[in-house]
Amino acid sequence: MAANVTSANARASRLRWLVIAVPLAWMLIFFLIPFFNVLKISFSTRARAMPPYKPVLSMVDGIAGLFDKLQQLTIANYLTLVADSKYWLAYVSSVQIALFSTVLIVLVAYPIAYGMARAPRQWRTTLVMLVILPFWTSFLIRVYAWIGILSDEGLLNQVLMQLGLIDQPLRILTTNWAVYIGIVYSYLPFMILPLYATLEKLDETLLEAAEDLGCPPMKAFWTITFPLSLPGLIAGCFLVFIPITGEFVIPDLLGGSGTLMIGKTLWYEFFNNRNWPLASAVAVVLLLLLVVPIVIFQNQQQKQAEKSR
Amino acid sequence: MAGMAIGPIRRSFAPWNDPESKPFIEFRNVTRSFGDFTAVDDLSLKIYEREFFALLGPSGCGKTTLMRMLAGFDAPTRGDVLLDGQNLAGIPPYKRPTNMMFQSYALFPHMTVWDNIAFGLKQDGMPKADIAKRVEEMLHLVKLETFAKRKPHQLSGGQRQRVALARSIAKKPKVLLLDEPLGALDKKLREETQFELTDLQVNLGMTFLIVTHDQEEAMTVADRIAVMDRGKIIQVATPAEIYEQPNSRYVADFIGDINILEGRIAAGADGVARLECVAAGATVETRQSIDGRPGDQAWFAIRPEKVRISREPPENPGVNAVSGEVWDIGYLGDVSIYHVRLASGATIKATITNTTRLVERPISWEDKVWMTWSVDGGIVLTK
Repeated sequence: MAANVTSANARASRLRWLVIAVPLAWMLIFFLIPFFNVLKISFSTRARAMPPYKPVLSMVDGIAGLFDKLQQLTIANYLTLVADSKYWLAYVSSVQIALFSTVLIVLVAYPIAYGMARAPRQWRTTLVMLVILPFWTSFLIRVYAWIGILSDEGLLNQVLMQLGLIDQPLRILTTNWAVYIGIVYSYLPFMILPLYATLEKLDETLLEAAEDLGCPPMKAFWTITFPLSLPGLIAGCFLVFIPITGEFVIPDLLGGSGTLMIGKTLWYEFFNNRNWPLASAVAVVLLLLLVVPIVIFQNQQQKQAEKSR
Repeated sequence: MAGMAIGPIRRSFAPWNDPESKPFIEFRNVTRSFGDFTAVDDLSLKIYEREFFALLGPSGCGKTTLMRMLAGFDAPTRGDVLLDGQNLAGIPPYKRPTNMMFQSYALFPHMTVWDNIAFGLKQDGMPKADIAKRVEEMLHLVKLETFAKRKPHQLSGGQRQRVALARSIAKKPKVLLLDEPLGALDKKLREETQFELTDLQVNLGMTFLIVTHDQEEAMTVADRIAVMDRGKIIQVATPAEIYEQPNSRYVADFIGDINILEGRIAAGADGVARLECVAAGATVETRQSIDGRPGDQAWFAIRPEKVRISREPPENPGVNAVSGEVWDIGYLGDVSIYHVRLASGATIKATITNTTRLVERPISWEDKVWMTWSVDGGIVLTK
């Protein structure tokens, strides 16, 4: 009997391992290995060669050769990032743009998600489909379309001039405003969907109970609905803030030379300057910049959840 | 529920019989339609102050809609709802002096027990010290003092029910509305809570309106019961009246177990209704006055516990007596239910209290038996 139980336990634990093995392998192959490769390149120096950096770590010269090469690794790239203000200004500017965009997205997405969650049940699936629909067109094409809308001779200016609201075309494209419009448009679904998921689950009798106890509907929104939608809101904020910080396509296509974002800097270093080591260092710092606060936040959440238990 | 002197409750409370007393809650010709569906149909009802009133009926009978119109979550399509003489039309729920205990309890999941109970008091702008005092009082009342800092998901079903109750009475509402308040509790806890609710209502002196589909619950807690069907009230009466003097087959059948046999009214003596009961193959007599003429269709209704069953033939086998064969016996421990098949093919149920510990019952399957009842046992119903 006891032996049976042990073997059953062993089988169960083996099965458990098998189940985690797949995502684990996925993470290892598609995230960790490339990440360590980038990390390694970030400690290299630039070279006129292919690949354009040195040392290239390999075992051709044996263990001693590898050790020799490891000694050539340097932190010079990171020092450059600190010393040259244009890099950390780009980081700060990226975070600023991402923060402001996230606020804008929340302001636009919350009413939409709320409306969807309160819509008649038979419409809700359709509404969710409509939110997802833009994904069926390439992201790049959709951003290009905004050039057509926002340019001096674009749709928006034409309409505004036709209506007589303005005499001269508004300069929107190549400003930060165009970047914000593009970002809000592109990332809206990532905020709407988690928000909708939490708001849709919200038990409406809670609002009735609040009203029954003397709380007017507006106040009930802030005391009941909003706090209960926070998990969705926080998830949405992470889903949009992180990729916006590293965003490259939107500021490149819609923004002007004045739009400073780390994604653009990274692209420039990598492709225009062919400075792979420096570009890698930029990428690693960006990753740390985003991962560290998330980990701290999650730990905090976990502690709070444990405390309330 | 705790901490109150609970003595035997015996009251002579019947304001509904006093033509002088003013109704506290009044529904005047209230209709509520949802598209083609009429949930409440031209309904009028008076409920008196300090009354424990039950709306009883199957799901979809309109009882919940009626309650929601009083709470303000729904408005009548036609007619008026009055509370304490005031027409409630246009008054939003948050300004009504009613509080509701929801069927799902609707406790705020992100707030502690303490904050849940304090919620309504905070809305009134009550001073903090007073809120604290009142919340403590409520926690004591429902015996949850040690659970004040817990969140609803950390409580058992019974504890959640108590928090919901405490929250709904914290503001001392003029009327407490209870929407199937005990539906989620198990049987033992439900029975306990029923009696606690009654005590609470008497001690607080509030008017309670309970909505339920559970007839036992309504009978236990309520001063009066309104039996509803398809948006209309069929009968409003005390639990005993509803049980013993139902005004229709619907009410008789809805409350408790009953035998109903069809027949035709025959000419009887004064104060006695006489029915030629074809289905039973017998003449029945009940002490009551009926509005119906000889020859009209009517029904004889008698509850199983009022039927005597015996192997000996009665002295007067012509009236209020039928004979048949024991078809089935349901043994429930405290009582046994005998199903007796008559010569006409109809079945009559009779309950016998098992007063001895004998396992062998004096009457067994396929025995020929006589069933008799007194003139006060059954009732003739004309609708």
